[in-house]
Amino acid sequence: MALPTADLTPIVPDPAASLPPAAPPGRGRRRLRFLANWKAATGLAVLACFGLLAVIGPWIAPYDPSARGNDLVAGPSAAHWLGTTHLGQDILSQLLVGTRSVIVVGLLAGVVATVLAVLIGVTSGYLTGVVGEILSALSNVFLVIPVLLLVIIIASILTETDDLTIALVIGATAWPWSARVLRAQTLSLRQRDYVEAARATGEPTWRIIGFELLPNLTAVIAARFVDTVVFAVLSEIALAFIGVSGVSEWNWGTILFWAQSQQALAQGAWWWFVPAGLAIAVLGTALALLNFGIDEFVNPRLRSVTVPGMRVGFTPVLREEER
Amino acid sequence: MSFLLRRLAFYLFTAWAAVTINFLLPRMMPGDPVLSLISRAQGQLDTDAIRSLYILFGLDEEKSFLRQYVEYLGQLLSGDLGLSFTFFPTPVAAVIGDSLPWTLALVGFTTVLSFLLGTGLGVLAGWRRGSWVELILPVTTFLASIPYFWLGLIAITLLAGQGGAFPASGGFDPGVVPAWDWEFIGSAIHHTLLPAATILVTSMAGWVLSMRNMMVTVSAEDYITVAHAKGLPERRVMLSYAARNALLPNVSGFALQLGLIVGGTLLVEIVFSYPGVGFQLFQAVGAKDYPLLQGIFLIVTLSVLAANLLADLVYLLLDPRTRREG
Repeated sequence: MALPTADLTPIVPDPAASLPPAAPPGRGRRRLRFLANWKAATGLAVLACFGLLAVIGPWIAPYDPSARGNDLVAGPSAAHWLGTTHLGQDILSQLLVGTRSVIVVGLLAGVVATVLAVLIGVTSGYLTGVVGEILSALSNVFLVIPVLLLVIIIASILTETDDLTIALVIGATAWPWSARVLRAQTLSLRQRDYVEAARATGEPTWRIIGFELLPNLTAVIAARFVDTVVFAVLSEIALAFIGVSGVSEWNWGTILFWAQSQQALAQGAWWWFVPAGLAIAVLGTALALLNFGIDEFVNPRLRSVTVPGMRVGFTPVLREEER
Repeated sequence: MSFLLRRLAFYLFTAWAAVTINFLLPRMMPGDPVLSLISRAQGQLDTDAIRSLYILFGLDEEKSFLRQYVEYLGQLLSGDLGLSFTFFPTPVAAVIGDSLPWTLALVGFTTVLSFLLGTGLGVLAGWRRGSWVELILPVTTFLASIPYFWLGLIAITLLAGQGGAFPASGGFDPGVVPAWDWEFIGSAIHHTLLPAATILVTSMAGWVLSMRNMMVTVSAEDYITVAHAKGLPERRVMLSYAARNALLPNVSGFALQLGLIVGGTLLVEIVFSYPGVGFQLFQAVGAKDYPLLQGIFLIVTLSVLAANLLADLVYLLLDPRTRREG
């Protein structure tokens, strides 16, 4: 399970640190520079592959994932590239068809949680007084409660557990960490001169939040969105794995559920659970890489340095070369 | 002192919030699965047990909402969490009491160890940027993306089962009687090694990454340059100057990530059929055992809160300024 790795130190771009002294780049070049970061580029490329599979997966799947066959628990072969289950179902088809559910739930839950986090985090950071404190306390409370357990409880008392419901439940419980990070950022931003100036000229609060604060929070929001998608994907798979959500809809967790409950381990049927787990790990890694890309884009200090021929370790001494 | 009091008040508030969520959830639930379970077990349940389930799940329609809430709190305070349907007719409190020590031992040990190891690796990775230690980063990223429970499945396939060095399931050997003797403890440790290693490997990654980033930030500070200029040994600068200051955010992060780690650990227990809370959760989900589910949620949340309080005490020791974080 991925842990949120973002620390709470404000990483709002400090103009002196984030821009190289030479050539103040225009918008288009900045975007290109983001892609020039190999981590971000790799992450995006892998994500694009998964996105494509989510769209075309059900069409290119060689079999109906639920159709039973005659080869029971058979290893990989020409007919079944990734082997079959206890009912002779084709595991490759299950993986391909299940991709859509994983991507949809991940993105939808990510959007819901991020919208909630922006609403709650930015408001509680900008508004002083009782409202801000209450919203902050609310996110702190949900931060310490074990979220996965809460999701399991809610999902198990729901009668309807299709992808949409699961995504909404995960989204509704996954916002606190992002809200906390955004609040910390907003607290530091609202002291900046340009925000003070906007306030002094009498701009309405919604305009200050929408046009002065939010644009400067874009990178943080993007990073939090990516992190939340990772969390949502892992939660969805965990829910399917313990059998809370419906086991009739295919996703990678459902495959693992059947592998576990049908004793795939005892039968040595590694092809049953290895591919699904690898798919999760690759998707998670791609999202994490994308996040590193965003982090390093915003905070150049975090970039890996490779200076040939020099002993690295005296990091401060290298500070000039880093830029 | 005021720091601690404030934290204590916050945890009490959070505990109250968790209890209230537990109270509200079944009352918002469509349909009455609990009622049907009760009527199915009608012959075996005595009137007291039925009454307690009615209070827990809000089946007393004629009583006012506030009245229900007060009765619910009263019942929780007396330690009554209802009866488990899976382990009928054992009370939920007794069922969880059996499994909680296993989970506490597993989670407590692995979490502390993974924090120490991960932070240590993070210090190295952040200090020696650009060297081979940087290779840790992609590896840990990959490991952090793996679900705990899946790595458990892999570990069982590779290391346990027939001819393997480790047992694949259970908390102790079938022939051993649980008691405080060496035979039992040895057997329990032997069964715990593999799940513990699984959790360790996946949960460590988060600490490595956050500590690495903090080290990078700290090592650009002026006092590090001064320490270098004074000609202090590099080791000393790394540990006493950089790492010591970089550690604080990681410690306050420790408390916040505990909830997530506990969630992952519960799933590992399922894979290993480890006799802890997670495995009971699995059985409770399968059997739609709502009293047990709710009891587990409550007890685990309270345990996490207690652990948070411990982490706060450590923070108090490490940072005399005890500023509020956030």
